[in-house]
Amino acid sequence: MSARAADAGQGRAWQLLVLLAVGSGVLAVVLAHGFSGRAHWSTFLALAVALGVTMQACRRAARLRPSNPASQRFADLIVPLLFGAAILVTWEVLCVAFGVPTVLLPAPSLIAARVATSLPTLGADFVQTVIRAAIPGWIMGCLAGFAVALLCDRFDFLRRGLMPIGNFISALPIIGIAPILVMWFGFDWQSKAAVVVVMTFFPMLVNTVAGLAAAGHLERDLMRSYGASWLATLVSLRLPAAMPFIFNALKINATLAMIGAIVAEFFGTPVVGMGFRISTEVGRMALDMVWATIAVAAIAGSAFYGLLVLIERKVTFWHPSLRSR
Amino acid sequence: MSAAAPSRAVPRKAGSTVPVLVITALIMAAWYAACLPMNNDLPQLARVTGLAERYQVSWAIERPVLPAPHQIVTELYNSTVGTRLFRETADGVVLNPRNLVFHAWVTLSATLLGFAMGSLLGIVIAIGIVHSRTLSKSLMPWVIISQTIPILAVAPIVIVALGSIGLTGLVPKAIISAYLCFFPVAIGMVKGLLSPDTMQLDLMRTYNGSVAQTFWKLRWPAAVPFLFASLKVAVTISLVGAIVGELPTGAQAGLGARLLSGSYFGQTIQIWSALLFAALLAALLVVAVTLAERLTLKAMGSRP
Repeated sequence: MSARAADAGQGRAWQLLVLLAVGSGVLAVVLAHGFSGRAHWSTFLALAVALGVTMQACRRAARLRPSNPASQRFADLIVPLLFGAAILVTWEVLCVAFGVPTVLLPAPSLIAARVATSLPTLGADFVQTVIRAAIPGWIMGCLAGFAVALLCDRFDFLRRGLMPIGNFISALPIIGIAPILVMWFGFDWQSKAAVVVVMTFFPMLVNTVAGLAAAGHLERDLMRSYGASWLATLVSLRLPAAMPFIFNALKINATLAMIGAIVAEFFGTPVVGMGFRISTEVGRMALDMVWATIAVAAIAGSAFYGLLVLIERKVTFWHPSLRSR
Repeated sequence: MSAAAPSRAVPRKAGSTVPVLVITALIMAAWYAACLPMNNDLPQLARVTGLAERYQVSWAIERPVLPAPHQIVTELYNSTVGTRLFRETADGVVLNPRNLVFHAWVTLSATLLGFAMGSLLGIVIAIGIVHSRTLSKSLMPWVIISQTIPILAVAPIVIVALGSIGLTGLVPKAIISAYLCFFPVAIGMVKGLLSPDTMQLDLMRTYNGSVAQTFWKLRWPAAVPFLFASLKVAVTISLVGAIVGELPTGAQAGLGARLLSGSYFGQTIQIWSALLFAALLAALLVVAVTLAERLTLKAMGSRP
């Protein structure tokens, strides 16, 4: 009883700290904008208080061990959120208070304003780069890698020959083929999707082959004693066992796909696309637009990744790394 | 059961040499065969008749859509061994910019500096995360989120922003490399530093070992194999970072600049040879890290 009371008391103190941190953070931002361009001591005092309180709140929250899983999940979520918010506030306050030139680093509020005012452009870039190039390329590359991995599994000669080559190629700067593929497939999204296909193929191949070897001997022997065919063993034992590896590749490839699609646009594109936007706006020194594009890319990349993590949890619910929590 | 062997161990296992050679030969054959269809529309081939002649011409075009492998190797040879390595200027003897080795060195120096910075940063972050619960709760999610951002897209900004405060050349590229390669090191080192099991940690506690002693005598040695595994990944993506870092500066120096100028002027053979050189460089870096790994593990008393 008393332990729970202490727990609740600690929880309340902690919530107060969070409120205090948010309050002083907002105050610091307001002060910074109020004294814009002039570094006033009260701004930094508010910032220091905000950071100190945030640190304390994070420390408390990290040590908190709530009894029910829901509030545990809440605490796990709030700590990184506080940390991220602290970084954002520090960035904003320092940029505004010291009048940092936009070329060097625009304040987050400027970037947010830019995102809000140029939504149509950013949306068109997003469709061109992510929907037309990155995602189709990612799907094709992953499917191709998966298919070749199955072939490797069926024909051992192919596996022994292809895997060392695959491992070697995964270590190469594959992004360098972007200019060649742009020459072959033209300036539009096809060449970017091709770059993504090549970049995502080998991680999928290597991981799937490793995953198909992951099923235990006991289970395989069981399948053999059932007289199961290669296909039946594959579908009901080895593919499920390979799922953690396959999802690992899917997640690695999600980031690679974004990088491939954007960097390939540095080598020539139609007048739309995230990579095109970044390289032209850098040339015009419109750094707030560049940062806005990067913000969109970051959100898209994180959402893509987060979606995969969610699906992974549903598919590989049996895996020890998920059961332990 | 044929697929029992773990695939990672394949390169060193006996029995994979022949398949690798066969598959490489098949790829080469397919490459040579593809040269004619890929280059079919070029004017050099317009008035050539007869399949054999057409193939011969297609393997020797000056700016082909797809160059034949020997053209790439020849270009690589001509631009490295066949060109003077050094040049005399007013400041003394410097590397000759017409030689590919000059560009490779520009890229390699940024790669190595970025690799050193990124690895150190990764190790420091890992030590912090392992020793502080607050850091592990607040920083770890952001370390992971930082990788879902297409970092290479930030490369032009880093170059321009640092250029505006007068920092150009090596350091901005190295920072991009460092940002790319800190992640695998941090993740690998967190795993490695947490790899000692409870029994070993309890033993350190019974000896009344301090946190520092536990770190130096138990955690750090246990983490070294993990460190080298992640350094191998880090060094290759560090090279990727340096190459991409050279793209927005315009075509001045470095392997990335060679790629860019090649794509501007349609010099396909130049692109391919820069690409081949980058591949060789990547292989060399991985081999160097592997050698360092073997020496270190041997010195630490591990048995192969």
